[in-house]
Amino acid sequence: MAFRDGPFENIKVPLVATAAVAVAAAAVCAVLLLVSDGRAQASPYQPARAGVETVAGPVGGVFATPVRWFGSLADGIGGYFFAVSENRRLKRELAELQPWRDQAIALKNINARYEAMLGLQPEPDVPMKTARSVSDSRGPFSNARLLDIGSGQGIKVGNPVINEHGLVGRIVGTSGNVSRMLLLTDVASRTPVLVDRTDARAILTGDGSGNPRLEFMRNQDVQPGDRILSSGDGGGFPRGVPIGVAARGIDGSWRVKLFSDRGAIDYVKILLFDDFGQLVGSNDLNAPPLAGLDTLPEATGAQTAAIADAAARRSAAAEAQAERIRAANAAPPPAPTPAPARPRPQAAPPPAQPAPQETPTGGTE
Amino acid sequence: MRRPVAVRVVGPVQWIVYPALVTVALTMILATPVKLFGLSLPEPVIPLVLAFAWPLIRPSWVAPLVLTGVGLFLDIFWGGQGLLGMWALALLVVYAVVLAARSFLIGQDTAVLFVWYASGCGLAFLICYAIVSFKSGNMPSLLALIGQIVPTLLLFPFANSMIERFDDGDVRFR
Repeated sequence: MAFRDGPFENIKVPLVATAAVAVAAAAVCAVLLLVSDGRAQASPYQPARAGVETVAGPVGGVFATPVRWFGSLADGIGGYFFAVSENRRLKRELAELQPWRDQAIALKNINARYEAMLGLQPEPDVPMKTARSVSDSRGPFSNARLLDIGSGQGIKVGNPVINEHGLVGRIVGTSGNVSRMLLLTDVASRTPVLVDRTDARAILTGDGSGNPRLEFMRNQDVQPGDRILSSGDGGGFPRGVPIGVAARGIDGSWRVKLFSDRGAIDYVKILLFDDFGQLVGSNDLNAPPLAGLDTLPEATGAQTAAIADAAARRSAAAEAQAERIRAANAAPPPAPTPAPARPRPQAAPPPAQPAPQETPTGGTE
Repeated sequence: MRRPVAVRVVGPVQWIVYPALVTVALTMILATPVKLFGLSLPEPVIPLVLAFAWPLIRPSWVAPLVLTGVGLFLDIFWGGQGLLGMWALALLVVYAVVLAARSFLIGQDTAVLFVWYASGCGLAFLICYAIVSFKSGNMPSLLALIGQIVPTLLLFPFANSMIERFDDGDVRFR
């Protein structure tokens, strides 16, 4: 008997039903993934992300290479034909910038003297690594780029990324040779910033558009055109990295026109910046209070005698004070006495004392 | 004696696996960091074409699973923070809606299909917008959203051509 003549002849596979079951099962898995996923290193799926990015990085680099060649060729042709006008423009800019250079040198000198006088500990120079962008996502829900260097080159999560114009973003994921940079415009990006003119603090919040918002601004002390810098609050970014200028958005909110948009974000520099959370070891942060006492050497006889003497003196003083209070409470209240006559006010205030002569403060304290 | 007739069987490899791979490749190409005439490349959600066309071509339990894989690839490749599973869920919802309306949509005019495609895209973006707003505590820009919806809608001809090409590709489903 042939198979088609058997009892299975009339059985039909319920295609729609099986598809619906598959959809439901897959949707449940997607929801579970969505609920359990976290941001950046907090995500339990970071190894999976790193694996995909390790593969996608070189592939994106292959796609980007001919595009970069074409761009270099176009730049070369443009530079050849517009060399004269560009030369004139550069000379004009150079003439404008030379006074600024002299002023910057003078200010740097004065600043160094102030730091020496006040005993300030200036921030150390931050080492950098140059990287190339190999992939780009620009949608409303994510703005990120893959860079072609990773943890093998010393890149860590949290490192700030700049280009020649200003701050671009920060590293949120690394694998061996690829790292992911979250742009300032991403909807998950939050950056503490300050207004250069007023030192007012705010949080730069990305929303997927090209111009992130200024939120939680103290006193709304900002004007169009104010320079926005990183404030360094929280230790995630160094202070003073240029970000952009303030402007009113079409929705009335304060936004920032990013300096980094002035040029292509193809080559970037990653600041190997350690915030205070990284400078201090986690063991030191998690140590119990006064844990250092356990490592102190034993006290000498002289130290023990001095401590005992100080304790005896302190207890004797406390007992004497308590005795005085008891005696004061036990004594009868004194008889009322007439109040002494108040001195007459002087007709004229006493002459002002001469101001003490200022002493030169040549040294540091 | 009758000559044997060659039966053209269009299996899942032809209408599911190859289009999915093409979708992934196009997504990676469009992610190239380049600006032409000052403008970046568009970034449409190409798998929405598959989520709309696949249930109309033929119900299959393979398609939702592949769609989930493509959605997870989008989540990881685009680097959404804490959003793994978002695009997979959005694509599956579109697939489920079109699958439920399959008997109504089969044989409809192209204009009707476009309206359903646009509605499906709107539903997917609405789901993603709600998820991102909830998880990041921040509403994405509507202008940026429109900037991704419009290129996605412009991909409808590809969905329509897929439906016309594979709808009757397997004679067993005629």
